[in-house]
Amino acid sequence: MANMAQAVRMALHFAEENLGVTDIFGEDVGMPLGGVFTCTQGLKTTWNTPLDERGIIGMAMGIAMAGGKPIAEIQFCDYIFNTIDLLKLAGNTQWSSNGQWNLPMVVMTPVGSGIRGSIYHSHSIDATATHIAGWKIVMPSTPLDAYGLLLSACKETNPVMFLIPKALMRIRGQELIPGEPGEDKALSKLIDAPLGDRTRWAPQWPALEDVSIPIGKAKTVRSGSQLTVVSYGRTLPLCAQAAEVLAADGIDAEVIDLRSLWPYDWEAIKASVEKTGRVIFVNEDTEVTNFGEHLVRRVVDDLFFKLLAPPKLLAGKFLPGIGLADPLELASVPQQSDIEKAMRALAAVQP
Amino acid sequence: MARDAKKMSAPAKSAKAAAKPFKALVTHSEELPLHKKLLLSMHDTMVKARCLEERLIAMYKTGHGYFWIGGPGEEAFNVPLGLLIKKGMGPAFDYLHFHYRQSATLLAMGEEPLGAIRQMKNTATDPYSGGRNFAGHFSKKEWNITPVSSPIEVQYAMAPGTALVQKRFGGDGISIVTGGDAGTAEGDFASCLVWSSRPGQELPVLILVTNNRWGISTPYEQTQGVERISDRGVAFGMKTKTIDGNDPISAYLELKEAMEYVRTERKPYLVEARVSRLYGHSSASGANFATNEADCITVFEAKLEKAGMLTREQAKAVRDRYTEELADLARAVKEEAFPDGSTIWDHVFHGEPGRDPFA
Ligand SMILES: Cc1ncc(C[n+]2csc(CCOP(=O)(O)OP(=O)(O)O)c2C)c(N)n1
Repeated sequence: MANMAQAVRMALHFAEENLGVTDIFGEDVGMPLGGVFTCTQGLKTTWNTPLDERGIIGMAMGIAMAGGKPIAEIQFCDYIFNTIDLLKLAGNTQWSSNGQWNLPMVVMTPVGSGIRGSIYHSHSIDATATHIAGWKIVMPSTPLDAYGLLLSACKETNPVMFLIPKALMRIRGQELIPGEPGEDKALSKLIDAPLGDRTRWAPQWPALEDVSIPIGKAKTVRSGSQLTVVSYGRTLPLCAQAAEVLAADGIDAEVIDLRSLWPYDWEAIKASVEKTGRVIFVNEDTEVTNFGEHLVRRVVDDLFFKLLAPPKLLAGKFLPGIGLADPLELASVPQQSDIEKAMRALAAVQP
Repeated sequence: MARDAKKMSAPAKSAKAAAKPFKALVTHSEELPLHKKLLLSMHDTMVKARCLEERLIAMYKTGHGYFWIGGPGEEAFNVPLGLLIKKGMGPAFDYLHFHYRQSATLLAMGEEPLGAIRQMKNTATDPYSGGRNFAGHFSKKEWNITPVSSPIEVQYAMAPGTALVQKRFGGDGISIVTGGDAGTAEGDFASCLVWSSRPGQELPVLILVTNNRWGISTPYEQTQGVERISDRGVAFGMKTKTIDGNDPISAYLELKEAMEYVRTERKPYLVEARVSRLYGHSSASGANFATNEADCITVFEAKLEKAGMLTREQAKAVRDRYTEELADLARAVKEEAFPDGSTIWDHVFHGEPGRDPFA
C-alpha cells in the first residue's frame, strides 16, 4: 500500500494528466530531488523556485489569475508564516473584487510534529489557517484520504490549503488507492526515484482513478456510543488506537476524522455528540486560540442541553516551540497516553 | 512647508532637501516629437483625471466617502501608460498589477469616471468592489486589471505569475506592475526582481516605480541609500532607466521603448519615474494641494502653448468642462444605495451561494 508521500505524488500525477494542473513548484520540488519528502518526484510540471516563500505564494496567485492551475509547496509550514498577508489576500481576492477574480490554487505544506524536527520543523498551522477566510483547508490522516482530498483540491475554483501531517508521511495505508499495485515493493519500483543518478529515470505510473473525496466531509473511523473524539492529522490515528485500548475496559468511543477544517462537517459532529453526550477535540496546535476552541464553542452554543459532560479540548501546550529532545517533544504535544487519559476522564464525568 | 508631513508630526524636512532636483534625467520634451493629436488627447485625459481626483477629494471633504487616496500629480506618467497598454482579457493582453494611484491610467484606457465616483461613495453599484474597498482600489477582469489591494508591494510578488503564463502562451502580452518608492524596501520588490530574471527563464514584466520621494510623511532619503531605484535592476542583468515622469512626452517615449522591449524580448525592464505628489499621501494627511511640487499639467500646458498647439483659454475650457461633468456625476451618485448588509456573504467562495455558515 502507498504511503502518504506516494499518495500525494500519484494524486498530483492524476491531476496533471486529467485536472488541468499546470505548475507544481516550490523549493526543491523539481527533479532531481522531487521534494524534501519526495512528494513531487517524477512529475511532469514540477519546477524549482527561488528560496522565497512570498515569491512562491505570489507566483501561485499570478498563475491562477492568468488562467493556470498552480500547486505551490511551502517546504515546511514553519516557513509559511512570512506569507500570511499574501494568504489573506488570496483568500479575499474573490470577495474584495465583488466576485470578479477567483483564484484556483492549491498550497500544500507538511505540518506538525512527530519527526523530532525541533523548533522549526514541528509547527502546526491549522489554528492560523482556519483564521484566514476564503480558503478551504484539508488535512488527511491516511494515504487514501490524501489522494482523494488532493484530487478535490485540484478541482476547486477557490484557494485550498492541503496540510500534510509529516509524522504520517511514511506510514503505509490500509486501503488500496484504486489502481495501485497491492504490493509495497511493486509500487516503489514503479514510482520511487532511484538513489544516485536520476537523469535517465522516469516513473511508470499505475492506471489511477478519480476517487476524489469531497471537501467538507468527515469520516467516522470508529463507531461508539459513550463519547465522541474529533481529531485530524497526526493525532487522529492516536485517537483511534486510544479508543481500541479503552474499548477493552468497556469504554465505547466514537472517533471522527474531520479531514476538512474549512468547511467542516458540523452535521457529523452534531449527530455524534447528540448520541454520546460527551465530546473531546484533539489536535496538536497550541491550545490558545486553537481551532478546537471554536468547535467547543459551537458545541456549547448548539448542543448544550444534549451534553452529559463539559466539552474538552486536548491540544499542544502554549509554548514558543517544540524542543528537540524526546522528553521535550513528548511533553509538548498530545501523545496516545495523554489522549487515553483525557478520554477516560471524560467518560467518567457524571452529570 | 505645506506638506502633510507637518500634520503627520514627522520630523520636518528641510526646504533645501525638498527642492533637490532630480539628477540628469532623459527628457525629450523640448522637441515635442509626438503628433499634435496625441499630445492634445494626452492633455485632455490628464485634465480629466485631475478633475476626477479633485472631485473625489471634494466628496471626501463633504462627507461623501470615508477615505480618499489617488494619483493627482502622476498624470503625466499614468496617462501615457494607459495609452500604451494592450487592453483585453486573458494572457494575450497585458496583466495590470496596480497600486492605488492609477486612476489616470484607467481613464486613458477608456474607462468611464463614474465607477471611481461610485467606489468613493461605496455604493452597491461600485463596479470594482461593490462598496467593499477604498477609492482607487480598482479591479476589472475584462481588462486584466487585478484587484488593487492596500498592503504595499504585494502586487510585485504576483506579477511574475501572470507573466509566466504569458511567456508560455506566446504573443506579446506582458505583465505591468506599479508602486511607489517607499514600498521598494519591502521584500516583494526584491522577489519581483529575482523571479522575473531567472537566467534563461526571464519573464515579460514591466516593473514600474513611481518615485515621489515620499512614503506618507517619510522622505525617501531618510530610509533608502539607493540614489536611483532603477539601479537595483542592474544587478539582475535587467534593462533599467530612470525617467522624468512629470513630462508626458518623455514618459510616452520612454514607456513605449521599454514596453516594446518587454513585448518582443520577453524579458523584464525596470523603469523608475520621478513624479510629484500633489495632494499629499491621502485624506489621512489632509488632501491639500502641495504648492511646492511641480504640477505636470501646468508645465505641459505651457509647453503646448509655446508650441502653438493650445491656448490658455482652450486649456481652461477643458478643465471647466470636466470639472462640471464630474460634479454632475457625483450628484447623480449621491442618492445611490449602499450595498445591503446581507450581501457580506456573497463571493466568499467562487461558485457557491453566499451564506452565513453559522446561521
Ligand atoms: C505593508 C504595508 N505597510 C504599511 C502600509 C501603510 N501605508 C500605506 S501607503 C504607505 C506609503 C507608501 O509609499 P510609497 O510606496 O512611496 O507609495 P506612494 O504612496 O508614495 O505612492 C504606507 C506606509 C500599507 N498600506 N501596507
